[in-house]
Amino acid sequence: MSDGPSAVGEGGTPAPPAEKPAWERDPVVPEWRDADDDPLAAALREALPEAIRSVKTFAGDLTFDVERERLADVARELKTAHGFSLIVDVCGADYPNREPRFDVVVHLASLPPDRAYRVVRLKTQTDEATPVPTLTGVYRGANWPEREVFDMYGVRFEGHPDMTRILLWEGFNGHPLRKEFPVEGIDTGAAIYSEHYGETMGPVAGTGTGWKPPKPAPPVSDETEEGGAK
Amino acid sequence: MSTPNGAPDPSSDRLFTGEEMELSFGPQHPATHGVLRLNLKIEGERIVGCYPIIGYLHRGTEKLFELHPFFQNVPHTDRMDYIAAATNNLAYVGAVEKLVGLTVPPRARYIRTILAELQRISSHLVWLATHAIDIGAMTPFFYCFRERERVLDLFEQYCGARLTLNCMRPGGLPFDLPAGWADTCRRFCEDYPAKIDEYEGLLTENRIWKRRTVGVGVLSPEAALDLGVTGPMLRASGIGFDLRKVRPYEAYGEVEFAVPTAQNGDTYDRYIVRMAEMRESTKIVLQCLDLLPATEGGPIMAKRPRVLKGPKGEVYHGIEGPKGEIGFYIVGDGTPNPYRCHVRPPSFMNLQSLPDLANGHLVADLVALIGSTDIVLGEVDR
Repeated sequence: MSDGPSAVGEGGTPAPPAEKPAWERDPVVPEWRDADDDPLAAALREALPEAIRSVKTFAGDLTFDVERERLADVARELKTAHGFSLIVDVCGADYPNREPRFDVVVHLASLPPDRAYRVVRLKTQTDEATPVPTLTGVYRGANWPEREVFDMYGVRFEGHPDMTRILLWEGFNGHPLRKEFPVEGIDTGAAIYSEHYGETMGPVAGTGTGWKPPKPAPPVSDETEEGGAK
Repeated sequence: MSTPNGAPDPSSDRLFTGEEMELSFGPQHPATHGVLRLNLKIEGERIVGCYPIIGYLHRGTEKLFELHPFFQNVPHTDRMDYIAAATNNLAYVGAVEKLVGLTVPPRARYIRTILAELQRISSHLVWLATHAIDIGAMTPFFYCFRERERVLDLFEQYCGARLTLNCMRPGGLPFDLPAGWADTCRRFCEDYPAKIDEYEGLLTENRIWKRRTVGVGVLSPEAALDLGVTGPMLRASGIGFDLRKVRPYEAYGEVEFAVPTAQNGDTYDRYIVRMAEMRESTKIVLQCLDLLPATEGGPIMAKRPRVLKGPKGEVYHGIEGPKGEIGFYIVGDGTPNPYRCHVRPPSFMNLQSLPDLANGHLVADLVALIGSTDIVLGEVDR
């Protein structure tokens, strides 16, 4: 504190105790903030007007909400003009109560020594019927992650060279990371070990055990003391 | 035209003239390090096309993350890259801490750094052992597992588990170090550089080893970046990108270490980079052990609510795992469970470069190439 001597309050009350270190204080929960003043946002908006819907930060991560049709253009601009040469990841997220329901989330990174290290996130919304422009023309590394998004959510990528399932088999019925997909699986129609079990006996792939995940009850902490063990 | 590793030109006296064959490699081939299937298109012995087929080990980890509270998800991360559980734990708890705004006390930071670097050593040891035995060098396997056992013993003394460690919690650590652990760890780190000399004595200048690895599977820096390759593979291609340096997390800002790089981007250079990384890891562990006594008796867990609730927001947190950047993208929705938790798996992204690496090489080189990408199928398929 700059006002050192005056920290001793009026009337000779003792100085407040030294501030506790960060790990002994309550967590500082981050919040969304607008980041329109970020230089990168201004540069992108100038180069690609209408492509960026909003720019926000949360916990220091810069997030661009991008028009779906312009996703590849924004990524190309970031790669060529701003040094975001590494594709970190492409993934999806499902918000079934929202229209359109799917998010496609892209993380890009700029690398030293040419640039400072920075990760930016591009987000765009889509639904099952509307494909998203592929990033494989900008980063070849987007190939497998985009296939995974297709596999898990059923989101298609326009212009992708190989839009097939990657982790599940061709012909699998459903997209497992959608919120309505049951955790215990689905009946894919194949009785397993048919030579050991009769037609109505034994496990059937995907029907599960009838076990349902419990409602998220407050978990019992693995620490004995609230606020951390010594 | 001769192949880059100096093998005889397969087009000069090939068995199947002008005809391409399809060869299914794996999924049960021992050199695939798990269950990886490669559909190869070959001309004689030469690979002209390679199409990886993955997913045999898919367990729906990302779906399971959505079912469990933040604390209970740590064991799921163990089972992705099951030979580097500590770094998976570290990436996950780091992402959760970023989401809920926790600050980790210094003693926990040092111990986490020690565990992560020991894990890097043990992961690289498994890589070296299996990579060498794939190429035909049997002895390094026994040497590597001899030292790996000491690392696993250290993990066992710390948390009771040897592979699936579950040794970190959002906000800190579950346990402090047991008595005498630091001394055992220091003894290991002091012995270990001499053991690396032993491995290098067996391999680095070995003519057969060099013949099998030099010039095999060259990955240019541009192609590596384009494909999203990270970790030792990227550094062997001449790009010195290491998250521990560019965004120091945990205690990496307080210790000194070098980022080994190489220029050629071939299998041999990837070997050289990983060997040098193990030496740097021992230095980091020793420096953290020196920093530990000052925090003796200090807290190892941040003040945190009994139930962690993720705020409505999303974070990405990536760290430098033994295989490359392992990151978590977590979306919170105000409940104790993550709404969405996505893993950025380094093996998955690095395996994507395999068709590029394999093109034009012999089928026998493919085994060396799979080894040098250092994949764990548990993480590729999740």
